[in-house]
Amino acid sequence: MSGHSSSYQPTSRWGKWWDERLPVARMMHGQFVDFPTPRNLNYMWTFGGILMFCLVAQIVTGIVLAMHYQPSDTAAFNSIEHIRRDVNYGWMLRSFHAVGASMFFIAVFLHIFRGLYYGSYKAPREVLWILGVIILLVMMATAFLGYTLPWGQMSFWGVTVITNLFSALDTIWDGLGTGIVEWLWGGYSVSGVTLNRFFSLHYLLPFVLTGVVILHIWALHVAGQNNPTGLDIKQPAETVPMHPYATSKDIVAMFAFLTLFAWFAFFLPDYLGHADNYIEANPLVTPPHIVPEWYFLPFYAILRAFTGSFLGIPLGSYAKLFGVVAMFGSVIILAFAPWLDSSRVRSAKYRPMYRMAFWAFAFTCVALGYLGSKPADGVYVLWAQIFTVLYFAFFLVAMPVLGLIETPRKLPKSINDAVLGSGGHGMPAGATAAPETR
Amino acid sequence: MTSHVEDANRRDFLVVAGNAFAAVGAASLIWPFVQQMNPDASAKALASTEIDLAPVKEGQAITVMWRGKPVFIRNRTKDEIDAAAKVELSELPDREARNDGLSGAEPAVDANRVLKGHENWLVLVGICTHLGCIPKGQSMNDARGDFGGWFCPCHGSHYDTAGRVRKGPAPRNLEVPPYAFISDSKIKIG
Repeated sequence: MSGHSSSYQPTSRWGKWWDERLPVARMMHGQFVDFPTPRNLNYMWTFGGILMFCLVAQIVTGIVLAMHYQPSDTAAFNSIEHIRRDVNYGWMLRSFHAVGASMFFIAVFLHIFRGLYYGSYKAPREVLWILGVIILLVMMATAFLGYTLPWGQMSFWGVTVITNLFSALDTIWDGLGTGIVEWLWGGYSVSGVTLNRFFSLHYLLPFVLTGVVILHIWALHVAGQNNPTGLDIKQPAETVPMHPYATSKDIVAMFAFLTLFAWFAFFLPDYLGHADNYIEANPLVTPPHIVPEWYFLPFYAILRAFTGSFLGIPLGSYAKLFGVVAMFGSVIILAFAPWLDSSRVRSAKYRPMYRMAFWAFAFTCVALGYLGSKPADGVYVLWAQIFTVLYFAFFLVAMPVLGLIETPRKLPKSINDAVLGSGGHGMPAGATAAPETR
Repeated sequence: MTSHVEDANRRDFLVVAGNAFAAVGAASLIWPFVQQMNPDASAKALASTEIDLAPVKEGQAITVMWRGKPVFIRNRTKDEIDAAAKVELSELPDREARNDGLSGAEPAVDANRVLKGHENWLVLVGICTHLGCIPKGQSMNDARGDFGGWFCPCHGSHYDTAGRVRKGPAPRNLEVPPYAFISDSKIKIG
């Protein structure tokens, strides 16, 4: 793939003039028009484009909202209401931005599950995968900072709880954690000072995200896309040009996604939020039940699973530190998947045992999400502990062990074999437009 | 290469010294960018608060603000004091007094959590040591947890009548801020 050269031919004098000086059009044509994509990609491969759309939509709506928002503890809460009620189309732009964050996470989670199912993290795509994990972390940081800005009760107490995670470091070195937390706050509690700096960082991080996304796409276009069979591309006839084949599929999926997006944005703009966030932040009253946004619930459940004891093992004063380490670890462990998985077969399509483990893992994530939304006592804690063990077991037990004990199903010889049956070697009828010169 | 250099040691010295100066220069440039985020002098200024305790009857509690944090002041009943004094050190997850008024680490016995002669007054920073929520238990009809002190609804930490953690994920006892009695019924925090 990396050797793929653009078939771009400038036709106008203007185009030729540019092509000799800064061949951006040539690069874009080579990477996004005639770039060879596997001919067997399914709809799970449309989320990359959707995520690109989400990022751009969040940046555009965010820049506009920042023109009306005031990052101060006295004005922030009212300025959000000002945006919703007074600013022309403010109600719509704010809904797009708030709902857009949720849609962004729906797409990114499906994108990650796709990668786990089809083994997209395996060689030679390790760097591509790790860049993806970094993108997830930056997205989570951005979403967390952004949720502070409305300065409601959930905003305030969400920030308090999450920034306090760092105070767990006091267990390792007395004063270290408290020092970090006060540095983040700019005071001895969450205040307007904190809000102001979080606004600044919330504006910055999406551009950092854009930079990492560019590297992610670069790495993708060096290794080439994985595909549902997980097989390497052996001959040009196994690929079709990105445009119009992959792009038309992307557009169909995009419309389905935008329908869901619009449904939430126009009919249920507050459904994914919390009523408590329409009460202005009050540092003297903690809401009875603090919950993060839905996309953080599984991680929150892991954090809370570490109470005084874990499945009967007493943790004492280390409970908090373990909870924090497990929560961050649950994301970071993804980055190690390329080395934890011992199987050479990529796609779960040919790995019967891994496929079961995958679906058990998917269920575990949903179950943790449910438990994260429930109060942290009684039977919920026990279940959260069990599912936390299962979450990590997928990476630390299933991935390394299944590769050794599982007998994979017989792999097709090539992508063409898988698509056309073992007898087929010719071009599929639908791909006649693929230039055979390549 | 080195054979062409008249004095290799002199050149090495210049390289090391040059790099060292550059490193110090870079670090001293980064420092203001890090330090600007720390609490400034106006936030640090120990705004002390004076509170009149006369209206707080036995069994009642009030919440005041100090340094932007809530401070719990409870006028403990005889039963509550006895319950707190009876607890063995071995029953406590955190055995340090966490009292800013004491120098060094003292054991978390009830006597080290209050001022001598004013054992009925318990003064605490009302922030759960787990993740910073405000525990319940200040109002008469609040849930006070299994040990009659405070209960944090966020992640289920229970504190006893001396503000010591007894159950749940909180790693430490509630902090006792520095305070002193300036008259029989008035205290100054900070």
